[in-house]
Amino acid sequence: MVWQTIKRWYHMLGSPRYFYTFSSALLPWLTPIALLVFTVGIVWGLAFAPSDYQQGNSYRIIFIHVPASSGALMGYVAMGVAGLVAVVWRMKMAEVMMKAIAPFGAALAAISLATGALWGKPTWGTYWQWDARMTSMLILLFMYVGVIALQNVIRDPRQAARAAGLLAMVGVINVIIVKYSVEWVQTLHQGSTLKLVGESTINPAMKYPLLISMLGTWLLYAVNVLVRARTEVVWRERRSKWVRKLVKGGGQ
Amino acid sequence: MNPVRKQRLLVVLAVLIGLGIACGLMFYALRQNINLFYTPQQIAAGEAPLDAQMRVGGLVEPGTVIRNPETLDVTFGLTDGKGRFTVHYQGILPDLFREGQGIVANGTLVSRTRFEAEEVLAKHDETYMPPEVQEALEKAGHPGASKADPKGGEKEYTPSGY
Repeated sequence: MVWQTIKRWYHMLGSPRYFYTFSSALLPWLTPIALLVFTVGIVWGLAFAPSDYQQGNSYRIIFIHVPASSGALMGYVAMGVAGLVAVVWRMKMAEVMMKAIAPFGAALAAISLATGALWGKPTWGTYWQWDARMTSMLILLFMYVGVIALQNVIRDPRQAARAAGLLAMVGVINVIIVKYSVEWVQTLHQGSTLKLVGESTINPAMKYPLLISMLGTWLLYAVNVLVRARTEVVWRERRSKWVRKLVKGGGQ
Repeated sequence: MNPVRKQRLLVVLAVLIGLGIACGLMFYALRQNINLFYTPQQIAAGEAPLDAQMRVGGLVEPGTVIRNPETLDVTFGLTDGKGRFTVHYQGILPDLFREGQGIVANGTLVSRTRFEAEEVLAKHDETYMPPEVQEALEKAGHPGASKADPKGGEKEYTPSGY
């Protein structure tokens, strides 16, 4: 039953035209919700959450750093899955999605590195150390840039998607290293504060704004992916009847 | 599934599994080099080279911090519960430096019991709480309150896997 539903969705959203209609209906709702959740989380975290017993106010960068890092990691995994579908099933929408996911993820990875460095100076006493977590996160940024570059350097979009898809899939190995580097080897970077299993080592007054700003960032990421994918779909299908009709009708 | 796709899927999976294993083995083999620092236990066991530039990490032993009031010289014991040695440093320590705090120091090991640091970094743990909560925990005699992180420290400084 569930499998049938997933399969139906897969086929429906695999159609560029259906995706366009579906996202047209979804975006007017998703965009304001994403902005609202993000704003609530960030303002609550930066202005109203209590300060930390050891770090004072400098810890507040967590409300930008953690959402950005988690978004960059999840985005890469999603891009890897899209890459797998693009390479094995040659599905056009997967190629479009892969292209839509990369830029925002790269930006988030860059934000994560920059905020981490700014926080590291007052806390650790250094902007940068070549420890496993920081180095693998830098590699993640390079992987994103690599995927974007591959998509643009090969002229045929379908061939480009296959090459980029392979790189996206292989890079998922690095995501695992980023995630577990703080547990496997000695690093300067601390372990995860939010834990999937067991109790998180953060006070609830700080945890909730953090969770909300994470959710807000993911939703904004989703909005960005949908908008980018729509542009790409219209461009790729520019010769089809429905896009011509759409353009004549003023985009409605 | 159609046979062409099936074959493609198998090839892709084979490549991914192969690369995954290769990366895993590489990570495992280079483990010691990927570690940012040597622990006091490794120093005590003689695993770290003398007179070479390297990093050490551990907890500042409570009651061992001696500051020279005339200069910026400071010495403190570094421990992980399995080994200890003295660190000497001249300079300004990071704000988070305190007894019981995890630190990473960059410098040279001059003998098995003495490390000359050129740079001292404070290692932060993953615990976040407001000051009032920390005070309340301390009052209640919670074991985690005085030592910044109850589980993290133990996890980070218990050498595992080597």
